[in-house]
Amino acid sequence: MLEELLVTVRDNPKIDPSLGVWSWEIPVYLFMGGMTAGIMFFASLMVLLAREEEFPFVARKLPIWAPIALSVGMLFLFLDLSHKLYVWRFYTAFEPSSPMSWGSWILLLVYPVSILLAACTLRQGYPWLGRLVDRFAIGTAVLDFSCKHRSAVAQWGLVLAVFLGFYTGILLSAFSARPFWNTGFLAPLFLVSGMSAAAALVLLGTRNEHERHTFTRIDIVLITVKLALIALLLVNLATGSGVQIEASQMVFGGEFAIPFWVFFIIPGLMLPLILEYWELKGRRRAWMFISPVLALYGGYMLRHLTVDLGQTSSYLNYVNAFDPALLDLLR
Amino acid sequence: MIRYGMVIDTQLCIGCGDCVVACKTENKLPAGLNRDWVVEATRGRYPDLTTEFRSERCNHCSHATCVHTCPTGASHLWKDTNIVLVDPGKCTGCKACIAACPYDARLIMTPDGYIDKCTFCHHRVEKGLDPACVSSCPTHCMHFGILDEPNSAVSRLLASRQQKVLLEETGNQPNVYYLI
Repeated sequence: MLEELLVTVRDNPKIDPSLGVWSWEIPVYLFMGGMTAGIMFFASLMVLLAREEEFPFVARKLPIWAPIALSVGMLFLFLDLSHKLYVWRFYTAFEPSSPMSWGSWILLLVYPVSILLAACTLRQGYPWLGRLVDRFAIGTAVLDFSCKHRSAVAQWGLVLAVFLGFYTGILLSAFSARPFWNTGFLAPLFLVSGMSAAAALVLLGTRNEHERHTFTRIDIVLITVKLALIALLLVNLATGSGVQIEASQMVFGGEFAIPFWVFFIIPGLMLPLILEYWELKGRRRAWMFISPVLALYGGYMLRHLTVDLGQTSSYLNYVNAFDPALLDLLR
Repeated sequence: MIRYGMVIDTQLCIGCGDCVVACKTENKLPAGLNRDWVVEATRGRYPDLTTEFRSERCNHCSHATCVHTCPTGASHLWKDTNIVLVDPGKCTGCKACIAACPYDARLIMTPDGYIDKCTFCHHRVEKGLDPACVSSCPTHCMHFGILDEPNSAVSRLLASRQQKVLLEETGNQPNVYYLI
């Protein structure tokens, strides 16, 4: 038996008694970042494959949601910073060993590309917005430029989408100090999850039967791949070092078992998978609205639980008996 | 690179916590925040138990993952040494360094919000003094010096006694040693 007890006070906020420096803001940021990657991936792909007529929602209406989702995500990233006035410091340095530094600069590239990708679709996708932008000379210039270089923008969009999707996973998996995160499966898992979130947006927005059918099939494949990657991630952890085995056990019977299975795997992955399969078979049309909503919920829960699980998993196992409430009683 | 290290004799440490108080006083840390702490580790099965006290802090690792993960360069090495410092003027409070430290040795400074940590009292080291925690230890169980100098007190202690470092398996190459 080994018991390691803290005999002096350790009550550093958000670190003691267990690490909780990242709350819900970072999962929202990772979810929005992943969704941006998914939107850019599908939108770029349709341009490059010249399938814009076949998939009108993806080609014309979806792209605008990429810069919007990214802006929301970055807002929450900003809200998470505890020294906010120095946010500009991200852009006074490039640290090659820091995934977050890579991410900052990738986002700086993703932003204009996502805007250009959306700009060319405005006149057709959102005519009122297109007319509004066209009122300004610079707006017209941007729309014309984006349409003139549509193919090049889509090529950049596709590459950056994959980078961004991978980045949201690598950001966490690079932390070797947190056993649950320290696995290479997080990067492809977050990329596929981001694509699934974008596919869910398509299912919510499209009125085109062919588009809905195709993206239902795409989402079924993506959710299945997600399930496979989660299974592989857990196998990877459960057969790893001692601390990784401990980390994997948190979802098999520890405090995270119910949130993981009851609030994530079943409603966020299994249910949308079954509903979308039924939909393909022509049954239960009333469920069409629910399955993409559940898929989006699953995408967020994946990030939320991963962030929480990673912070809870640790190399240290100190017993911290300090209770600030007792101290208050003495005062 | 000059590699500073700390050597702590667990046979002499009584877990009094003076090192913790000295650190808070020297570095004027706000109430509730601590850069160092003491752990009582009990091993075995009753009645065959052994206990060791360990004064712990940032390990000023040779492979400091907190420095590598910092996106702005705020976490950096002091001069040409292994002493890891944070520049508040560059810190965004992203907390990546906290997540990167397997020892949970970093903290969020309140109310400002930048990340803070043990500095090995570099302001004292610069003057040829020991860190405050080492100076205040009543049992003289703590020693500080340059690890790569064969004749330094810390090197001689490490050469003469069995020792361990914490969480060696993380690959961070910590520079706080415990004599056992």
